[in-house]
Amino acid sequence: MSQKQDEENPAEETGEEKQDTQEKEGILPERAEEAKLKAKYPSLGQKPGGSDFLMKRLQKGVSIISYPLLLESKGILMKSVEQKYFDSGDYNMAKAKMKNKQLPSTGPDKNLVTGDHIPTPQDLPQRKSSLVTSKLAG
Amino acid sequence: QIGSLGGGCMSGGGNDIQWCFSQVKGAVDDDVAEADIISTVEFNHSGELLATGDKGGRVVIFQQEQENKIQSHSRGEYNVYSTFQSHEPEFDYLKSLEIEEKINKIRWLPQKNAAQFLLSTNDKTIKLWKISERDKRPEGYNLKEEDGRYRDPTTVTTLRVPVFRPMDLMVEASPRRIFANAHTYHINSISINSDYETYLSADDLRINLWHLEITDRSFNIVDIKPANMEELTEVITAAEFHPNSCNTFVYSSSKGTIRLCDMRASALCDRHSKLFEEPEDPSNRSFFSEIISSISDVKFSHSGRYMMTRDYLSVKIWDLNMENRPVETYQVHEYLRSKLCSLYENDCIFDKFECCWNGSDSVVMTGSYNNFFRMFDRNTKRDITLEASRENNKPRTVLKPRKVCASGKRKKDEISVDSLDFNKKILHTAWHPKENIIAVATTNNLYIFQDKVN
Repeated sequence: MSQKQDEENPAEETGEEKQDTQEKEGILPERAEEAKLKAKYPSLGQKPGGSDFLMKRLQKGVSIISYPLLLESKGILMKSVEQKYFDSGDYNMAKAKMKNKQLPSTGPDKNLVTGDHIPTPQDLPQRKSSLVTSKLAG
Repeated sequence: QIGSLGGGCMSGGGNDIQWCFSQVKGAVDDDVAEADIISTVEFNHSGELLATGDKGGRVVIFQQEQENKIQSHSRGEYNVYSTFQSHEPEFDYLKSLEIEEKINKIRWLPQKNAAQFLLSTNDKTIKLWKISERDKRPEGYNLKEEDGRYRDPTTVTTLRVPVFRPMDLMVEASPRRIFANAHTYHINSISINSDYETYLSADDLRINLWHLEITDRSFNIVDIKPANMEELTEVITAAEFHPNSCNTFVYSSSKGTIRLCDMRASALCDRHSKLFEEPEDPSNRSFFSEIISSISDVKFSHSGRYMMTRDYLSVKIWDLNMENRPVETYQVHEYLRSKLCSLYENDCIFDKFECCWNGSDSVVMTGSYNNFFRMFDRNTKRDITLEASRENNKPRTVLKPRKVCASGKRKKDEISVDSLDFNKKILHTAWHPKENIIAVATTNNLYIFQDKVN
């Protein structure tokens, strides 16, 4: 990324600085990786915008709370993660809206409740427990 | 200076252990059902029993068969002893949240009588399970037939004393205690105290102390939740009781620190007695620094003198007497440092690897990607990389060490970093408390390896 800058602003970075940055990136692979990441996601580190990463983590079922700083850097305030839903209807509506923005790679949508009607307990997705014996015991 | 490993391979020659494939459990097919993903592995205190938990909420317990003294080619094999559904999926209607049935941790209680007891936990609820054997049944009742039907009392003309007769072994698992409703956040650890009466459970922000007999209350002993959630900067990632001191426990954080607490100091252990933290060179700091310093597992040595922590790239051994830096650091897969960008994008950087000690605290083990796992000998400073794969499944053949080529010319038999399969991760491993037998969990298979017995 610093090389890109050099092309655009050749006058600003002196030869010494250029060598310094390149040296540092050579010594610190982490820094080079960081530069790569920031080049791909320029909005990283800024305030809320992309909720793509949040949805990704929700789908993975990883505890959101485990990485508060990560969420900030991925552009989401803790506030939105901690969002309390007024009731299950509110929750399902919010979930339905989010599902519209989902990446195509996710699996078939098992949630039959849309955001259009007030759900009842019967409508909520019932996850069946595994009645099958573990294959480790097979 | 005590520090990182040099090269050097562990297998071959002298007193080095030679690891051999022993058994593999689980389905062969590549299509892995989510419920079959193994989420925890744990030997009991004698090593005779080996428990696994999976994402489907099931527990499978294997038992080591008694050695045949005459033909002891190897130590006894592990066969299925009991299996049961420990946790079911739940829906929290109040919070509109699904509660996964995935078993996060299993911890065995030391055996006190004929039955075995273990604690298993999902994100919210801990359960105490009793596993007991039944190999006799009473026969010869006066009022009942053998099949249980009641006899017509008028047909009873003589009396007999019922006796116990042998029957086929039946292993029964029953839930004896359910410890619920004490955790707002996801439980990541449980640890049984050396007093064998109490245990702790830890979630992202709090640690609770329970008595094994009492389910309707628990004491909060650590609470790091800030008054204003926007001030939250770190979370609890693991916790464990000291193996000998019943008043001492540690908990690790997402910022790479470990706090040791003494329950005698105060009821709420928010102020640590010791803080273990390795100082970081600020000029080395990058976007990834904090994420990769997050500790995914902490384990005391059997001796209680040391503890081991696992962060994304390394394993560190700490002397409890020295807080300012670890006494040993072992690089697990340093070659990943130049791949952090893609590991962040595919979320692998958040994988939580566990680690374990061998019985004598001389060797430590942890998992990696591509179904590789690593062992570090603390005495010889040698390390080895092995692979859990069905290709090596001839019993008693010594496993071939693996080597990853970070860059440049790849030698024969080496694998390049870019060819590693990051979906094949070994997060859970366990070491038999007394013998050189290890259990290694790939995504949905359980491998058992033993050292070569001559």
